[in-house]
Amino acid sequence: MNQAIRTPLLPVGVVDPADKAVALKGAAKGFGGRILFEGLDLTIRRGEFVALLGASGSGKTTLLRILLGLDTLDAGEGEVATPRAAVFQEPRLVPSQPVWRNVLMGVPRRARQRRQALDALAEVGLADHADAWPVTLSGGEAQRVALARALVLEPTLLLLDEPFAALDALTRLKMQDLVRRLCARHHPGTLLVTHDVDEAVRLADRVLVLRDRRLTLDATVGEARDGTTPAGARMRARLYAELGVDPLGLEAAGASGSAP
Amino acid sequence: MTHAAPASIFPAAGKIALKRTPRQRESRLRLAGADAARLVLPLVLLGIWQGACSFGFISPRTLESPVAVVGALVELTVSGVLWESLVASFKRASAGFLVGGGLGLVLGIVAGLWRTGERAYDALLQMLRMVPFLAVIPLFVIWFGVDEEPKVLLIALACIFPVYLNTFSGVRNVDPKIIEAATVFGMSRAAIATEIVAPLALPSIMVGVRYAMGVALLSLVAAEQVNATSGIGYLALNPRASLRTDIILGVVLLYSVLGLAVDFLIRTAQSRLLPWHRSVLEKAR
Repeated sequence: MNQAIRTPLLPVGVVDPADKAVALKGAAKGFGGRILFEGLDLTIRRGEFVALLGASGSGKTTLLRILLGLDTLDAGEGEVATPRAAVFQEPRLVPSQPVWRNVLMGVPRRARQRRQALDALAEVGLADHADAWPVTLSGGEAQRVALARALVLEPTLLLLDEPFAALDALTRLKMQDLVRRLCARHHPGTLLVTHDVDEAVRLADRVLVLRDRRLTLDATVGEARDGTTPAGARMRARLYAELGVDPLGLEAAGASGSAP
Repeated sequence: MTHAAPASIFPAAGKIALKRTPRQRESRLRLAGADAARLVLPLVLLGIWQGACSFGFISPRTLESPVAVVGALVELTVSGVLWESLVASFKRASAGFLVGGGLGLVLGIVAGLWRTGERAYDALLQMLRMVPFLAVIPLFVIWFGVDEEPKVLLIALACIFPVYLNTFSGVRNVDPKIIEAATVFGMSRAAIATEIVAPLALPSIMVGVRYAMGVALLSLVAAEQVNATSGIGYLALNPRASLRTDIILGVVLLYSVLGLAVDFLIRTAQSRLLPWHRSVLEKAR
């Protein structure tokens, strides 16, 4: 694995579907003469919600694109389970198709049934928008359609690329709860790429930080999810420190959050 | 009136609702008034024109009066020449439009989807686009004779470019992020091309079609210079010899009506074919 060979797109469907959704070993990727990451090992189990934090330019989005089959590894090996689905920062709906047809984008043409789309839309609370045109939806609604489009495939691996970043604060919280609830019900292996520490801790079972070409932190959230507990405050402080955010600003925030 | 009771300052909800209807009616009247205002200047100019002709300030040789123009159109209609010309021109324009527009559509789609296509002929088409097509009429006569072929082909040539350019840019400007999402969701290239790229390029293609239809109409004047004995282009050019300014102006009027008809046709097609498009949805609201 030492020589930088260009491997083909990650093989899919090889990972034991009952267990792992992603298995990467010694993965490396360069971009524009710069190494984004190397020697990276990553396993995501089915039903596990993993958040990947990193500053912009840290390569987290590239890693996600590799898992999506849109990019290749330069070295290392890995496997990705199928079916896989994604929700991006933008809804990326096809404006010329009504909502229900958008939901069925990933379903093979002959297997497409309106019933499936309606069920998936009901899950995200948009059953009555099945025949609407995408341009008539609000940002939050369009993003829920994108979520329905991913979940209708019953994915083994769900990849979320900052799906809440473009939403207003209230819509974002509602959408986060919805994602959390639906992931618990469908239990795909989920990888959420984000730069929002609170979002990561709020949603994920496990938080990773990609920094300086490797995963510098791999922590289970557990009881640290609640930010008002000492464990929660410590976890957030640690993540901010790991991301290189000003520790002075952090102490002030941490002091108000942690009660002895 | 100045000493209004408190009740009139806080009117009942029903009262407000009652007040609204006349106000809405008033604003609709004002809109109709605004539309009428648009007609004032053309009507005044028409009046001046008619007056200048009637009182002999302008000789009929220079400019016939509006009444005479309408008279010429009536004359052409009664003699059947107008209908005959319209039919002959419609056949040429639609044949040219179908050939040229079809070719432009195919070339635009191919160049839009495959870089190889763009490299193969985009530069050539950009060069041909700048050729003034009046200049190729003699060549077309030498190559294709003096019957229908040079006329139809001239119109076809003029129709290729607007459709080609707009189709090409329409296909290229489809949001690559949507195509990427479709790829992630396992759609094949063929399915992406037919189910996503084609419908999303359609608004731009329609712009090209609209433009090409206009060009087809306008090229009739040039095309029907070639040994034509019928057609509205012929009708516009033939009276030069007899100094019939009334017929020339009548044909000009005819052209503007045809232009409006093409516009109406395209707009109807748009609301049928692009129900999802923002512009159509906003109009329906």
